[in-house]
Amino acid sequence: MNTTITERLDVIQIREDFPILKREVAPGVPLVYLDSTATSQKPLAVIRAMSEYYERSNANIHRGVHTLAEEATAQYEAAREKIAGFIGARKSREIIFVRNTTEAINLVTFSWGRKFLQRGDRVLLTEMEHHSNLVPWQILAQEKELLLDFVPVTQAGLLDLQEFERLLSHKPKIVAMTQMSNVLGTINPIKEMTRLAHQAGAVVVVDGAQSVPHLPVNVQDLDVDFLAFSAHKMLGPTGIGVLFGKEELLESMPPFLGGGDMIKKVHLRRFSPNDLPHKFEAGTPAIAEAIGFGAAIDYLNRIGMERVAAHEHDLISYALEALNEIEGLTLYGPSADQKGAVASFTMRGVHPHDVSQILDSQGIAVRAGHHCAMPLHEKFGLPATTRASFYLYNTRQEVDQLVRGLAKVKKIFG
Amino acid sequence: MDDLYREIIIERFKEPLFRGVLEPHDISFEDENPLCGDHIRIDLRVDENSRVVEAAFSGHGCAISQASADLLLESIIGKTLDEVKQLNKQDVLDLLGIELGPVRLKCALLPLKVVKAGVYGLGEASDSLVEE
Repeated sequence: MNTTITERLDVIQIREDFPILKREVAPGVPLVYLDSTATSQKPLAVIRAMSEYYERSNANIHRGVHTLAEEATAQYEAAREKIAGFIGARKSREIIFVRNTTEAINLVTFSWGRKFLQRGDRVLLTEMEHHSNLVPWQILAQEKELLLDFVPVTQAGLLDLQEFERLLSHKPKIVAMTQMSNVLGTINPIKEMTRLAHQAGAVVVVDGAQSVPHLPVNVQDLDVDFLAFSAHKMLGPTGIGVLFGKEELLESMPPFLGGGDMIKKVHLRRFSPNDLPHKFEAGTPAIAEAIGFGAAIDYLNRIGMERVAAHEHDLISYALEALNEIEGLTLYGPSADQKGAVASFTMRGVHPHDVSQILDSQGIAVRAGHHCAMPLHEKFGLPATTRASFYLYNTRQEVDQLVRGLAKVKKIFG
Repeated sequence: MDDLYREIIIERFKEPLFRGVLEPHDISFEDENPLCGDHIRIDLRVDENSRVVEAAFSGHGCAISQASADLLLESIIGKTLDEVKQLNKQDVLDLLGIELGPVRLKCALLPLKVVKAGVYGLGEASDSLVEE
């Protein structure tokens, strides 16, 4: 499918932009990086944007009036604008810089949750959530005596939407769910689920850690209330992420962390909070990282998210077909048409750690473990899986290398 | 790397000599590696001189952790509990005959951690039990 689009995505050229992809893991063993779901690699444009900031413009932002402070502030705020445009937010003040997806969700639970949820209120989550969209709600539920419900995952790796509708009839105050599973790759029908959740009167929080890097995502089209994602999974640096929130919701929320920059006025015994988005950005933020994030957005925009998604669809279709041929290998999750470029699997008689260790000896980087989704693994009766994941810089040849690597695993464990 | 999967490790993973549970037992402890979900339980029987006379492990994990458990139990049969308390990281690596990076080291050391926590009668296993 989409061969014309895929051809237009010049992966060989793209790979040239990523210095790390040229390295060898051991002498004569080139890197095959299939772990972008954990973190993506960074193009030179992102690395340069950050080092140029440190070499030329480094200063603290928002307060100084000297040239460097002006430059730093302008670049930091320009990054915010780019991100707002990238996800289709109406205003850049709806973009809150945080450390990562985890912190973004904690911001919602601490600020919105503490103010608007009361004892006995229900929170609706799903069984396929990453720990980052489970534990913050568990903490809040303990504190406020909330009831947690979970949309089940079917054996096919999809959310049970009938059950979702039934659980909505209990009138949850909030629905928090991932747009793309980091284990199964499942892409959930967020737009329709959001419509139903809103009908039931719930606020919708979406974990976009996996979807925003890999799919075109538009918050106005989806109509979600909150969207959380991290820069490092989308070509940007670690240490910076975003909470998008609808303006009226963010306005209604109390501050999250207190300190500098989040205030308008401070007296000895009280303060008044700053305007959005600064109300939620206490202390000196990750300035270089925000600028690097902005450069990552520029890079993705130049290529186009439609083309990124089409390329990845081609790769995962090819990979699933090839992996299915391997005797003793079991894949988890839906078919390629319903998922992103994530392939989680087990091999009969071999622990996932051993699989990934033997692949590593051939330069192939995959992930083994429960991928921060222990309840999902419990559901499928698995202590762990091996996960190969793909991004815009991966090729079909690398899928072939993975398949050859797995043949070696079988040979060793014969 | 091929060294990592030395014959002895694959052999003990596939056909362990000490897999099972001992009921009754004198000492039993279990723990897991939260990073990868490896789970190991170890049961020991000791005689009146505090010497280990029987040992068994159960649970699940990778080849490194399973082989490490099997080789470790083999090595402690006949040792006194005081001698078992003296075992450290290097003893386990010597048994396995391999070098390990920081991530896989946790797999290899989990069985020793569990044995020592059991022998010391601790409430929970701590990494400090297997540090040098």
